[in-house]
Amino acid sequence: MIEHLTFSPVLLPMLAGVFLLMPPLGTNKGSRRITSVVLSIFTFVASLALLLKVQAEGTQVYAIGDWSAPFGIVLVADPLSVLLVCLTTLLGIVCTLYASAGDDEKGSFFHPLVHFLILGVNGAFLTGDAFNLFVFFEVLLIASYSLLMHGGDKKNTRAALQYVIMNLVGSAIFLIALGILYGVLGTLNMADMAQKVALLQGDDVYLAKIGGLLLLVVFALKGALLPLHLWLPNTYATAMPVVAALFAIMTKVGVYSMMRVYTLIFGDEAAELSHMAQSWLWWLALATITMGVVGVLASKDLRKLTANLVIISVGTLVALVAVQTIEASAAAIYYLVHSTLVTAALFILADLIARQRGNIADRITAGPPLLQPRLLGVCFLVVAIAVIGMPPLSGFIGKVWLLKATINAQYTFVFWSLYLLASLAILFAVSKAGSTIFWHHQYSLIEDNVADVLAPSRVHPAQVIALIILVCAAPLMSIFAGPLSEYATGAATQLHDFNNNINVILSGEL
Amino acid sequence: MELLYASCVGLLVSCGVFLILRARTFPVVLGLTMFSYAVNLFLFSSGRLSLNKAAVLGYSSEYADPLPQAFVLTAIVIGFAMTAFVVILAIRGRADLGNDHVDGQLPINNNNNNNDKKVKV
Repeated sequence: MIEHLTFSPVLLPMLAGVFLLMPPLGTNKGSRRITSVVLSIFTFVASLALLLKVQAEGTQVYAIGDWSAPFGIVLVADPLSVLLVCLTTLLGIVCTLYASAGDDEKGSFFHPLVHFLILGVNGAFLTGDAFNLFVFFEVLLIASYSLLMHGGDKKNTRAALQYVIMNLVGSAIFLIALGILYGVLGTLNMADMAQKVALLQGDDVYLAKIGGLLLLVVFALKGALLPLHLWLPNTYATAMPVVAALFAIMTKVGVYSMMRVYTLIFGDEAAELSHMAQSWLWWLALATITMGVVGVLASKDLRKLTANLVIISVGTLVALVAVQTIEASAAAIYYLVHSTLVTAALFILADLIARQRGNIADRITAGPPLLQPRLLGVCFLVVAIAVIGMPPLSGFIGKVWLLKATINAQYTFVFWSLYLLASLAILFAVSKAGSTIFWHHQYSLIEDNVADVLAPSRVHPAQVIALIILVCAAPLMSIFAGPLSEYATGAATQLHDFNNNINVILSGEL
Repeated sequence: MELLYASCVGLLVSCGVFLILRARTFPVVLGLTMFSYAVNLFLFSSGRLSLNKAAVLGYSSEYADPLPQAFVLTAIVIGFAMTAFVVILAIRGRADLGNDHVDGQLPINNNNNNNDKKVKV
């Protein structure tokens, strides 16, 4: 069992999803909920065990079917991918727990779909093969399509239709890119590709460049980078908030793939093709941050606001990926964990606030007072401080670190000024949203059409636990900033260590 | 053979892109299907085009690269599932939104009326 641990974050969610479809659990909702939460905790524990193993013994390489590296598919568990797997499974626990309070009843198969989504995301993080990455992308996409439609209305259908069509075109482009790269390099194992790229000559260099840049288009689409980000605000704002919270990890899959492909394959050692995407990524990232800020300032409800915050965080991460130094990658890893947890918390908070405000829902206007202003208010305050990046919470540490990491980059003054202005805009938008929702009350309007008013509901204990897990993440990440930043630096060092990566993956030995 | 093959792929891609840009669900689905055919052909050609070569060792003197064939198989299966999903979604969108435009509403100032007529099925 222990030698197959690397495969468990992929295998366990799949078994969990299948198990939850089976007769006794497929019909009884009580036992289905409990089993789903228990199984997601089980997956999380397995991921943590893998993390400890990777820390103790170094990168784990698992050859599926015992076909060795360049010929078969390998799963590579290095510190970075394992950290993200843990993050995903943690989000999985939170979402299954939160949905158990009643959201999973709005449609069918919520719990199996969540587990299948986690299977896809974990697979995408762990795989060391580009075509396998495509397959796991599709697995997570088909689960996300169904989750997006879960309990949906008309607005939802429209957003889902656009999201699905965008992603189908994206998948087709992904395949074309892989076809070009395979035609030129003769392999799709990422480590093997990295070795072969340096040996290219003549026209093949340009073909590989076309393939590499087409991959950039795909990852930009998944990660919602500027010209391809238009699907995100609508999709995230119309999905059920608990689903949107889970989707917070999905843009990060795109960013993670960029990290892998453009530091390992087209990184320092790629001769003529080294750093080929850097200039694109840098300016697109800055433009993405700008668009995100405009979106944040223009948002009329809390969910749209959060969706635009996701765009800003993607822009920031991609800017760090473009810098391609160890320190920038370390900052990116810390910021990635922080931003995923915080945006997930905000989506869930937006839902809880909306439930206590009747027809006004999460619109940022004066409305009836909340039933539980203290609980939600304190949580909102913590999350807001973290997302703005004020001391003492994790957002501040991430912000200082990423500013420090970009200090030697080209055009850093553009990034610094833009990023700091963006923080100011977030501060303004979030504090305005918070003060309007919690302090501006208005009673008269609701009484007119009593029939339409949804009864405000108190927060369910399962929802409280899910919320507390996410809200605690920000203070915990700043209390344990020391070990976490050491871990991030270690992971980044390993990400940039070209020869070590190649040796470990291709020969399976350190 | 290479020229014929490449122009087939090119034609399919251009038809696919044209249809996807029609912004009505039925042409979009057809366009996506054509696009995925083109992608499958393209993937197949990444192992180089050749005649009389088996993908299994021992069946011919020279052998073809088996990996692109495996890729194409995977891509066909996934593409098929995705197309099925998008067809169902398009039908639901037609029922929910009352029209088949991907934006959920017809463009308001529609100057090219003849364009509209052609698309209506």
